[in-house]
Amino acid sequence: MRRLGEYILFLKKMFSNREPLTTYVRLFFQECINIGINSLFLVGFVSLFVGAVIALQMAYNIVSPLLPKYIIGLATREMMILEMAPTLSAIVFAGKVGSQIAGGIGTMRITEQIDALEVMGINSASYLVLPKILAGMTMLPLLAILSAALGIWGGYLATIFGNLSPTEDYIYGIQNTFVPFEVPFAIIKAFVFGFIVTSISAFKGYNVKGGALEVGKASTDAVTASCIAILAADFILADTLLS
Amino acid sequence: MIEIKNVGKSFQGKEVLMDISATFEKGKTNMIIGASGTGKSVLLKTIVGLFSPDKGSVLYDGRDFHRSSIKEQKIIRGEIGMLFQGSALFDSLTVAENVRFPLNIHSDLSESEKDDKVNFYLKRVGLENAAHKMPSEISGGMQKRVGIARAIVMNSQYLFCDEPNSGLDPQTAWMIDQLIHEITQEYNLTTVIVSHDMNSVMEIGEYIMFMYRGLKIWEGTKDEILDAEPKELQDFLFSNKLVRTFKGI
Ligand SMILES: Nc1ncnc2c1ncn2[C@@H]1O[C@H](COP(=O)(O)OP(=O)(O)OP(=O)(O)O)[C@@H](O)[C@H]1O
Ligand SMILES: [Mg+2]
Repeated sequence: MRRLGEYILFLKKMFSNREPLTTYVRLFFQECINIGINSLFLVGFVSLFVGAVIALQMAYNIVSPLLPKYIIGLATREMMILEMAPTLSAIVFAGKVGSQIAGGIGTMRITEQIDALEVMGINSASYLVLPKILAGMTMLPLLAILSAALGIWGGYLATIFGNLSPTEDYIYGIQNTFVPFEVPFAIIKAFVFGFIVTSISAFKGYNVKGGALEVGKASTDAVTASCIAILAADFILADTLLS
Repeated sequence: MIEIKNVGKSFQGKEVLMDISATFEKGKTNMIIGASGTGKSVLLKTIVGLFSPDKGSVLYDGRDFHRSSIKEQKIIRGEIGMLFQGSALFDSLTVAENVRFPLNIHSDLSESEKDDKVNFYLKRVGLENAAHKMPSEISGGMQKRVGIARAIVMNSQYLFCDEPNSGLDPQTAWMIDQLIHEITQEYNLTTVIVSHDMNSVMEIGEYIMFMYRGLKIWEGTKDEILDAEPKELQDFLFSNKLVRTFKGI
């Protein structure tokens, strides 16, 4: 509970007398590129396979001849868009980018680079963290969209190579009873997760005390705390937005 | 000139600084000495505003730092340069970018004027050839020199150094001490150095203040220090072989 209070104060510090906005523009783009390079491959790879596995398992589960084959496509679409794309991307993102943020900021803390910024009169919290949070909130939704597309494509490939159903059935399935709101819902989720991962990781790194060992610990803590927060937020968002 | 008046600071009920007053004059290398854990770094960080004191005040040429508005503090900060114990160079930036960093924050010079300034100060610390290296590619002594260049690039009025020669070999340490001393006189800075190295104290200490467990026990010049009264200071000096030889003990 005390940590939560400190976290909120940390967020507040970030927005009080920050540098002029122009300072952040370049930093923001740097962070976006950095995040993209860091997580693009892994998110894509994981999504492709998860989509394929969902299709395979659906096919395996359909034993009754009464169930139409297009269910495979429908289920892959539903699971990818609603849950897998935003949540899985966020968890991969926490593992790759979150740990890097906590480690990087933690190192700056223990080597007094943060003190050096403060002595120069810079609000180190906003200078270091704000661009990362904004970049996370921009990039994670994009990653989630990519993830959903790749997952559905992965299911399609599995259908072909695993001979699960005629491809027309799969294509029909992914279009059948599509609720358009699911897409903005997934994007909102990814947006929130992007904030959660980057801010929690930065908070963990920013408050490191000690040496290299503590930095390592902060970066694993950041991943754990981010994952817990992602799943909690996932539940709350599903509960409020889908009811 | 920097005056500190009755500064007190505690962490979680533990008093780290107790009622400390001192005056650091312009154009002099002022030194804060004392054993490990006596609060030297905390005092230095309180003076530069990284900590705010529980009691007392810090005056920069009459301007009370901790009671100034954020805008006024930013002006004073533009006049402060600090060399950290581990140099604290930004490790994602090159040597030249590190030196340039304060200019990007505080000055409205044109890009080419900034280049000139960066080159001038890199030359002053003898590192014109390392401009494009990363901090991780240069030695500890060179990192300190980059730290000094970064600290004075804003035409700083006040220079703070936390253990400028810790972790350096004696010869490099001597060179860094001399560099700080020369720069102090050259640019008429108010320099405050935290150290527990008696060699530097005897070389460049013009005003020396000795701390012991959060208290200021003694102040004076390097000529007076060997005959100083307080027992704590005597013990501190006695642990140094050089001083023992010097005094013929
Ligand atoms: N941020 C902090 N929070 C709590 N206690 C602190 C903090 N910083 C320093 N202290 C405590 O203040 C005391 C003085 O520490 P300080 O770092 O000033 O010592 P020092 O004289 O610089 O020693 P050294 O020569 O080893 O650097 C220590 O007991 C330390 O534990
Ligand atoms: Mg210290």
